[in-house]
Amino acid sequence: MQKQTNQKAWFLVLPVFLLVAFSAIIPLMTVVNYSVQDSFGNNEFYWVGTEWFVEILNSERFHSALGRQLMFSGLVLAIEVPLGIFIALSMPKKGWGASVCLVLMALPLLIPWNVVGTIWQIFAREDIGLLGHTLAALGVDYNYTQDALAAWITVVVMDVWHWTSLVVLLCYAGLSSIPDAFYQAAKIDGASRWAVFRYIQLPKMKRVLMIAVLLRFMDSFMIYTEPFVVTGGGPGNATTFLSIDLVKMAIGQFDVGPAAAFSLVYFLIVLLVSWVFYTVVTAQDAEANK
Amino acid sequence: MAEIHLKDISHAYLPEPKGPEDYALKALDHVWQDGGAYALLGPSGCGKTTLLNIISGLLTPSEGAVKFGKQDVTNLDTAHRNIAQVFQFPVIYDTMTVRQNLAFPLRNRGVSAGDIDARVLEVAALLGITDRLDEKASGLTADAKQIISLGRGLVRQDVNAILFDEPLTVIDPHLKWQLRSKLKALHREFGFTMIYVTHDQTEALTFADKVVVMNDGEVLQIGTPEELFERPIHTFVGYFIGSPGMNFLAAKIVGNQATLAGQSITLATSYADMQNSKIELGIRPEFLSLHAPDHKTDTGISVTVQTVEDLGRHRVVKVDAAGSLITVLVREGEDVPTGDATLVFDPARTLVYRDSRLVEGAS
Repeated sequence: MQKQTNQKAWFLVLPVFLLVAFSAIIPLMTVVNYSVQDSFGNNEFYWVGTEWFVEILNSERFHSALGRQLMFSGLVLAIEVPLGIFIALSMPKKGWGASVCLVLMALPLLIPWNVVGTIWQIFAREDIGLLGHTLAALGVDYNYTQDALAAWITVVVMDVWHWTSLVVLLCYAGLSSIPDAFYQAAKIDGASRWAVFRYIQLPKMKRVLMIAVLLRFMDSFMIYTEPFVVTGGGPGNATTFLSIDLVKMAIGQFDVGPAAAFSLVYFLIVLLVSWVFYTVVTAQDAEANK
Repeated sequence: MAEIHLKDISHAYLPEPKGPEDYALKALDHVWQDGGAYALLGPSGCGKTTLLNIISGLLTPSEGAVKFGKQDVTNLDTAHRNIAQVFQFPVIYDTMTVRQNLAFPLRNRGVSAGDIDARVLEVAALLGITDRLDEKASGLTADAKQIISLGRGLVRQDVNAILFDEPLTVIDPHLKWQLRSKLKALHREFGFTMIYVTHDQTEALTFADKVVVMNDGEVLQIGTPEELFERPIHTFVGYFIGSPGMNFLAAKIVGNQATLAGQSITLATSYADMQNSKIELGIRPEFLSLHAPDHKTDTGISVTVQTVEDLGRHRVVKVDAAGSLITVLVREGEDVPTGDATLVFDPARTLVYRDSRLVEGAS
C-alpha cells in the first residue's frame, strides 16, 4: 500500500500542543527567562547570564536545604517502603476483612495536604494536642516548635502516616496477582516463610515496588504543604526543605532571578534522579527477561 | 515410597455441610498402589483437584484419614509428606537459574551442597536439560518451565508420589505428546506412584494403568482403560469415555427381552426386577452394525439413517429409531445403507443400566 502524506493531520494534535504549551512550556520558559536576568522593579530587566546559577550552586543555603531534602526523602523511603510491604503482606487476602482494610488504607490518601498538615500541627501540640500533651505528661521533652529533632520526627511521622498507604496499595495489588499455585508449590518444596517472600513475593512485587519508590521519591522530594503548615520550615531552618526555601526566596524576598535559577536546578535534580532510576530499572527488567 | 490409602474421606469447602450437595468430594475409600500410574478423569469442577490437594496435603479433608503406608498423615503438612506436585501453570522461581530452581527443594531441606550438585546434575540429565542449567528460568518456554517444575519434584529422592494437576494445559499440542512420553518413560524407569489429573480422556487413557472417573464430587469408577471402555459401571462413564460416547437408550426389559422404540430385541442374559425404575440399554457405537432393511435377526431394530460423517478411518452414522438418535461407527470398507436399515446389537456388548448404574444379568 502506498503511504499517504496528509499534512492536515497536524491540526489534530494542535489542541494537545496548545494545552501543553500553556500549561507547561510557556510557564517554564518564563522561569528560564527570569533565571538569566536581573530586575530592580519597574519591569526593567537586564541580562546576567549564568550568574544566578553560579550563585545558587555555590550558596550555603541551597546546599543545606538540598541536604535536608535528601535526608528527608531517604528517611521517608527507608521507612515507608519496608513498612508498606509489611502491611501489605499482613493484610487479609479475601473476604470482608480485605475490603475494610483497603478502605482504611485509602483514607489518608483522600485527605488534602494542608488538612493533613493542620491535623498533625494540632495533634502534636504540647498544650492541646493529643500526642504532644500525652508525651509531655509522660515526661518526654517534646516540642516541635523549638526542638529540631522533635520537628523532624513530627514531619517524618506525618509523611509516613499520609503516604505509606500508597506503597501498601501498590504492593497489595502486586501480591494479589500471584497465583495460588506458587504458594502451593513453595509448600511442596518446603520453602520457609522467608524463602516464599524472597523468591516469590518480592520478585513478583518488583515492578509495583519500583513505581512506588519512584512516586514516593518524587513526591517527598517536592514536599511543601505539610511541613509548611506544621513547622513553617522551623525551628530556625531545621525543616526548611527545598520547596519551602524556594518559596521564601521567590515570594518572601522577591528575589525572582535567583529563585528562577533555583527552581530550574531543583527541576533538573528531580528529572535526573527519576531518569537514572527509571533507566536502571528498565535495564534490569530487560536483563531479567533475556 | 508407600501405598496411599484414602480412608473414608470426603471434603466440603463450607464450614457446616448440610446435604450431599455441599460436598465438593463425596465419600471415597481407595488405596493407590505403590508405583501405580493413575489418572483422575472428569469434567471441570468435578472435584479432581480437591482430591489431589487432599493427597498432597494442601487441603485437610473434612472427614476421613489419609495414610501413607502405615503412617497417618492426615494432619501432616505438605512439606513433610514428600509429595511432588506439578501444577496447571508452570511454577518457577523467576529470579533463579534452572540449576537453582532444581536445587531449591533440597536447599530448603538442608541437604549438603555437594549432594545437591550431584543430585541436580542427575535429574537434569534425566530430563535432558543439562545444557540449560545456567540459564535464567524466567526466560524459558512454557514446556521447559513445566519440565523444571517436574524436576523440582524428581530431585527429592524420597518422594512418595508425583501428582500432576492438568500439567499439559498450557503446552503446545505437538510438545504435549513428547512430554507425555517422557512422563511414561520416567514412570517405567523409577516406578514412582503417579497421579495425573486431566479432563482429556486421551491423556488419561494413554498415561494411566488405572483411570479414576469422577463426576460431581463422586468417584464413579476405577478401572483399566479396557474396563472403562467395555464395562462402564455408570452411564456417565460410558458417555464420557470413548469418542463418540456410548449410546444409552430408554428401554423396558422383561426376562431377556428388551423393548426399545416399540421393537424388541433379545439380550444375552435375563434380568429380574426391572420395573419401577429408569432402565437404559447401553452400547458402544463400535458394537452396533447396520444391515439392509430386510436383514433377519432377533437382535436388531428398524431404523432410518440420518447423517453420515466421514472421519477417514471410520464413519460416524446417526440413525433414528422412533425419535431417539443412535450413533453407529462403521469401519472403512463397510457399506452404509441409505434410508431404512436394520440396526443390529451385539448381545454380548449390550449392557443394561438401572437408574444410571450397570446391572448384571443372570444367565
